[in-house]
Amino acid sequence: MGSKRRKVRNFSIIAHIDHGKSTLADRILENTQTVSKREMKEQLLDGMDLERERGITIKLNAVQLKYLSKNGEEYIFHLIDTPGHVDFTYEVSRSLAACEGAILVVDAAQGIEAQTLANVYLAMENDLEIIPVINKIDLPSADPDRVKQELEDVLGIDGDDAILASAKANIGIEDILERIVEVVPEPAGDENEPLKALIFDSLYDSYRGVIAYVCIKEGSIKVGDKIKMMATDKEYEVNEVGVFTPKATSRDELTVGDVGFITASIKSVGDIHVGDTITNANRPAEEALPGYRRLNPMVYCGLYPVDSNDYNDLREALERLELNDSSLQYEPETSQALGFGFRCGFLGLLHMEIIQERIEREFNINLITTAPSVIFEVEKTDGETISVDNPSEMPDPQKIQEISEPYVKATIMVPNDYVGAVMEISQKKRGNFIDMQYLDDIRVNVIYHIPLSEIVYDFFDQLKSQTKGYASFDYELIGYQPSKLVKMDILLNGDTIDALSFIVHHDFAYTRGKQIVDKLKELIPRQQFEVPVQAAIGNKIIARSTIKAVRKDVTAKLYGGDISRKRKLLEKQKEGKKRMKMVGSVEVPQEAFMAVLEMGED
Amino acid sequence: MEQEVQSVYIHIPFCTQICHYCDFVKFFYNEKLATEYIDALINEINMNIKGKYNNVRTLYIGGGTPTALNYKQLKFLLEFLNKKFDMDSCEEFTIEVNPGDIDQEKAKLLKENGVSRISFGVQVMDDQLLKEIGRVHRVKDVYKTVDLFRQYHFSNISLDLMYALPNQSVEQFQHSLDLALQFDLPHYATYGLQIEPKTVFYLKHKKGQLNRPTEEAEIEMYQILRSTMNGNGIHQYEISNFAKPGFESKHNLNYWSNDYYYGFGAGAHGYLPGRRITNLRPLPAYVKKAMKDGHPILEEERITLKENIEEEIFLGLRRMEGLSKKQFQAKFGFTLDLLFKEQIKKFIKMDLLYVNNETLYLTESGLLLANKVFEEFMLEDSDLQRIY
Repeated sequence: MGSKRRKVRNFSIIAHIDHGKSTLADRILENTQTVSKREMKEQLLDGMDLERERGITIKLNAVQLKYLSKNGEEYIFHLIDTPGHVDFTYEVSRSLAACEGAILVVDAAQGIEAQTLANVYLAMENDLEIIPVINKIDLPSADPDRVKQELEDVLGIDGDDAILASAKANIGIEDILERIVEVVPEPAGDENEPLKALIFDSLYDSYRGVIAYVCIKEGSIKVGDKIKMMATDKEYEVNEVGVFTPKATSRDELTVGDVGFITASIKSVGDIHVGDTITNANRPAEEALPGYRRLNPMVYCGLYPVDSNDYNDLREALERLELNDSSLQYEPETSQALGFGFRCGFLGLLHMEIIQERIEREFNINLITTAPSVIFEVEKTDGETISVDNPSEMPDPQKIQEISEPYVKATIMVPNDYVGAVMEISQKKRGNFIDMQYLDDIRVNVIYHIPLSEIVYDFFDQLKSQTKGYASFDYELIGYQPSKLVKMDILLNGDTIDALSFIVHHDFAYTRGKQIVDKLKELIPRQQFEVPVQAAIGNKIIARSTIKAVRKDVTAKLYGGDISRKRKLLEKQKEGKKRMKMVGSVEVPQEAFMAVLEMGED
Repeated sequence: MEQEVQSVYIHIPFCTQICHYCDFVKFFYNEKLATEYIDALINEINMNIKGKYNNVRTLYIGGGTPTALNYKQLKFLLEFLNKKFDMDSCEEFTIEVNPGDIDQEKAKLLKENGVSRISFGVQVMDDQLLKEIGRVHRVKDVYKTVDLFRQYHFSNISLDLMYALPNQSVEQFQHSLDLALQFDLPHYATYGLQIEPKTVFYLKHKKGQLNRPTEEAEIEMYQILRSTMNGNGIHQYEISNFAKPGFESKHNLNYWSNDYYYGFGAGAHGYLPGRRITNLRPLPAYVKKAMKDGHPILEEERITLKENIEEEIFLGLRRMEGLSKKQFQAKFGFTLDLLFKEQIKKFIKMDLLYVNNETLYLTESGLLLANKVFEEFMLEDSDLQRIY
């Protein structure tokens, strides 16, 4: 039986966004002839349009490659792709758990970034063999020596081990493949032991049901096997096992070290949990692989169809997306202003944006998104404590004893020239300074505890603009702290618009109130009557602006018979209106509901 | 199909001045270029219309400034048109003329070649404001040129008047209007200034250097305009146009009735069955292509039922005679209400539309908010499924 054991290498690629991970993955596929040049679409692993457009990987992929090494032996590689964004850290940690090695890609010009660090540490925790690759060495601004020094100083990795490469120019790819053979250990485990398969991702397919991406840590699995999910004790019968080459290809069985997929008529991704262990129901393993954790949404917002007739379509869209993304949570909610919609929870802001965009693009539903909110913990005067994820549900001020809000530990890596700017932003965002660590002569890690709600505002944008894009940023939730918070209501034409309410720190209430009424005045087009815009705390109006009535539009002549132009103008005008929602008697554009996020600081 | 086209527009893109508000296709006059241009224009006409055209009802030479052409060029063009088009069937032959831009000889030339109507680019009767909008003529030139027209017995004259100009007060507008009405002309075309991209005013506006009248002032000017015209027996027959009975512009009514027309020249627009055509705008490109094959087309847009209905409505409602439900049904084979019942009901309630005798009209506030009304008559493809 031992002879059946093949030469297998399981690895993933860790890189910061833009440092060239997807291009490198493509090159590896090409150089192992897994995909012919002709079939090669740019950045093959990023399958979704959205991924390709944004240049980020959202869903993991696991591809099987055959590589004929210079030592004459053929190896089977499993390349497991990981998302690069902080919202998806948990998915990264699961995919790393399926590997024995990781290629660390660092941009030869930009060096190591904070997010890369976080993932390298994850890899180290998982005991992975790390292969450092300095990419984009063909750039004029490349400084590989500096990056080597960084590897040593920051990560304790020998800079001399780094492979100099350019995925774009196909330099160094061969060296990387050989190094994988040399240093990445063969997967441990025994195929005769009871089955232990780690689920590191899942995907819903309308024909096959849930497809579980698995890495076989012990034993083997084949069609017809009775399997059991160790976290839920749910049992299924296996319909299909296979690998991605990169197309899904059926196999007779998957055995120790294999990375591939199984299907078993599982109806929803909610039925299986990423991080859980699959075992054989008739011959179960004694204990599961190191456990999974349920992902909790950090950010909530309301999603409403602009056209209320689209409500059922929106529900279906969310159901479909949920099949593929168990971290997406939603429940129906009703807004007086916006009608029927859903309150949705997301892992982070990027996750939220991606879901919104997918709904608009793939399901063709025009959405209104309310400003994102965090979950507040409210202790009421009657002693009851409630969680509030929707500002409009905040109890009346006189019923509130204390409000607590979630804080994050924010780690901001920045060249020392910008430390002052970072500290200024963090202070303004109600941050508490915790620590400052020099990584080398230039780079500094600045650590703050900041309310998550402030991060949800324009923290990213401010950070980017104030540090000319040099800062990179990572955050993790650290718990709740009491804050002096108040609910701000917005009134349009005298009516409170629940979907526009937001929670703000008492000290900023007046400034924000003024800013938002001015911003709304700018965003809401003039109606045929005058519309007062007011900001209120409780019954007290604290700021006001007025949208004047429109009495005329352009009554231009029709120039020399140019009627096409006139029609196109009217078409454009109509398109613009589709993105408006009738709230009471006022037409409000989608952007207005996010206005609270777009207020400038000065 | 040719026989259905009864109107012809000809564009002369040359000017001796460039106005601060103008976004038409125009170039500084240059003799050699203009000669080449006329050759290209004639080739375009000949390639699109074989032989003599007997079906023309209206001819319109616009610009630019058609009279910027020199005598020889203008003569050549007019004589060509007289040979090409049957002038006996032509009911209206208009040319645009700027004050001071025409002398005895050119006036005589126009008369001899059958020009029957003058569109007169006065814009404002105030030297300071004329200067500020980049016109080179002055008020005295207006008087001189009107005298010249009278001398050559041009009676069908339309005077262009602009309002809501930068630095123009309501009183100044009223004064301009009074002076213009003293000529007792049969037609007045009036336009509120619009700031178009790629104009001098656009740049100034973006830099905040344009002191435009307030919206209230502009509305007041429009109301003064309507009541003054009315008081002088000059009735409004379109959002921006006023005429004594019988002097409505036949050429422009052709546009608003959504009928076909040829458009020849750089940047000209034509409408033929099923398609709207926009010609190339840059002069060298136009000349080259027009000489080559007579089809100097920049863009051709298909006009399907959807576009046709939309245009019928937003053009038709511009006219004070309104949009006749019966005519609509006769033309399209289904009723206006089948597609637009809700919209019509809503706008009647908002006092932007009214219906009288099976005809739909813009109300007084509707005239000011016409785009808002038109917008909701724009269709989705799915709307048309209701017809079938």
